[in-house]
Amino acid sequence: MIKKGKAFKFGDDISTDHIAPGRLFHLRSDLPEFAKHVLEDADPDFASKMQKGDFVVAGNNFGLGSSREHAPQIIKIAGVGAVIAKSFARIFYRNAINIGLLLIECNTDGIDADDELEIDIKQGFVHNVTKSTKIEITPLPDVMIKLLNEGGLIEHIKKHGDFDLV
Amino acid sequence: MGQTIAEKIISEHTGRDVKAGELVIAKVDVAAVQDGTGPLTVQEFKKLGKEKLANPKRTILFIDHAAPSPRKELSNSHMVLREFSKEYGAVISDVGEGVCHQRLIETYVNPGEILVGADSHTCTSGALGAFATGMGSTDIAVAMGLGKTWLKVPPTFKIEVEGDFQKGVSPKDLILHLIGLIGADGATYRALEFTGSTIKNMEMADRFTLANMAVEAGAKAGLFVTDEKTKAYLKERGREDKFRKIEPDSDAIYERVIKINANELIPTVSCPHTVDNTKTVDKLKDIKVDQVFIGTCTNGRIEDLRIAAKILAGKHVHPNTRLLVSPASRDVLKQALTEGLIGIFVESGAALVTSGCGPCVGVHGGILGDGEVCLATQNRNFQGRMGNTKGFIYLSSPEVAAYSAIKGHIADPREVL
Ligand code: SF4
Repeated sequence: MIKKGKAFKFGDDISTDHIAPGRLFHLRSDLPEFAKHVLEDADPDFASKMQKGDFVVAGNNFGLGSSREHAPQIIKIAGVGAVIAKSFARIFYRNAINIGLLLIECNTDGIDADDELEIDIKQGFVHNVTKSTKIEITPLPDVMIKLLNEGGLIEHIKKHGDFDLV
Repeated sequence: MGQTIAEKIISEHTGRDVKAGELVIAKVDVAAVQDGTGPLTVQEFKKLGKEKLANPKRTILFIDHAAPSPRKELSNSHMVLREFSKEYGAVISDVGEGVCHQRLIETYVNPGEILVGADSHTCTSGALGAFATGMGSTDIAVAMGLGKTWLKVPPTFKIEVEGDFQKGVSPKDLILHLIGLIGADGATYRALEFTGSTIKNMEMADRFTLANMAVEAGAKAGLFVTDEKTKAYLKERGREDKFRKIEPDSDAIYERVIKINANELIPTVSCPHTVDNTKTVDKLKDIKVDQVFIGTCTNGRIEDLRIAAKILAGKHVHPNTRLLVSPASRDVLKQALTEGLIGIFVESGAALVTSGCGPCVGVHGGILGDGEVCLATQNRNFQGRMGNTKGFIYLSSPEVAAYSAIKGHIADPREVL
């Protein structure tokens, strides 16, 4: 599977408060509306500028903070193709995979805003088309690949009637 | 080969000996959600198609983040939780009963158990010798339906603390210091095990403060050995029979050992906008504070209120500063009333906030104005956390918070303690 899109660049330590602000708590019951504000507190223009399939590209510890699953949910609902970061906070990582949002771990230093990217998951690299460079991806753990392929945790349990991960 | 506390508890819940790095399916004893994450959990639970909860009496729904509700959308979310509790027999903890993590330790979690909660600070219960960790709504929906969860057994960092705190220095300073030392992602995917003479001598309230903030270093859990203090805590709450000795094997394997000397610590503050941006209080004396907030699952316990009241007694809050106080639970509020602490706060000019999360998450009361500075005893200071991206949040101990409220700027409580 190859995914193509444009890079939107963010820094280190993008928290769930940046992604899905607490002050918009009341929108948690209306995720499509909430998605119009995705990442608003890190880049107020992001939601209006991004196109379906574009990538969120960040530094270290993306998604730190609260356990709110609304954060990966609204990134997915907004149509982001994948979040590409140097590292992810634990709960965010787990939530994203549970709901089927693709996360890519790699060195993002060589990616700038507006770069055109292609992610080749099978070959395991991100191709920076604009800069003609290739960046190696840290392989996803097996459990994550399985959950992603099956459409997330709920679908996994419905299919197998129980956990079928180990 | 010896096991850490995390490996031991997870082994018991898996039915075989496990070690760090293994992926396991573990039995869950208690599952919890709050009003911010619960409605999505209910939605996902319904997709599962399960007719019953695996363990209704130990499935707890907390209404604490927006309590009482400041707007109709949130009131409707509260109704979703109340209806779910009626339909499926889950326990509800409603407006005014308190912050989920405080209620969990007071009433629901016991040594050796596994608690999973749809709130990142679920790690608080680790101070009771339980493996307690935060997850998202979908994970909890599955745990509620199946009574199980998948876990990767975490490697453990041993945090060894020796020595005594100076007067005016508290365990909050210790945990802020540690997070500043290793960084907000310094312990990602790890468990922290707190040991050493300082921890041994520490009251349960202080252990809860440390466990609560484990996640601010990225950790999955913050774990403690159980002892006479754990036993006394459980006894006071009618659960003495639930006491069990929880401790690591002497030859357990730790990924890293971090040693801290408590004598050397001085009051420490996290500066905007990350928890690991720590500075000692002497470097922050010019910072004026518009609002001081004492409360939350980190430092809203009776012990915290006692020390704050001691500093505030007979004094008045600075005219340019407002002080908000929220006892972490109704039990804490009752105790504070009995001890006359609430009177001291009110006399000093403080405003009392309903037991619950209060201003911590910026959903209702206590939202900062543009450019305003808040000094809070909570655990998190991310940009926008208290409802305004243009606000500045500093984090401290109750000692620093109470004394700063009087002075109107960040101040060192060692001057008065
Ligand atoms: S008090 Fe603050 S940190 Fe604690 S559970 Fe509530 S919102 Fe979260």
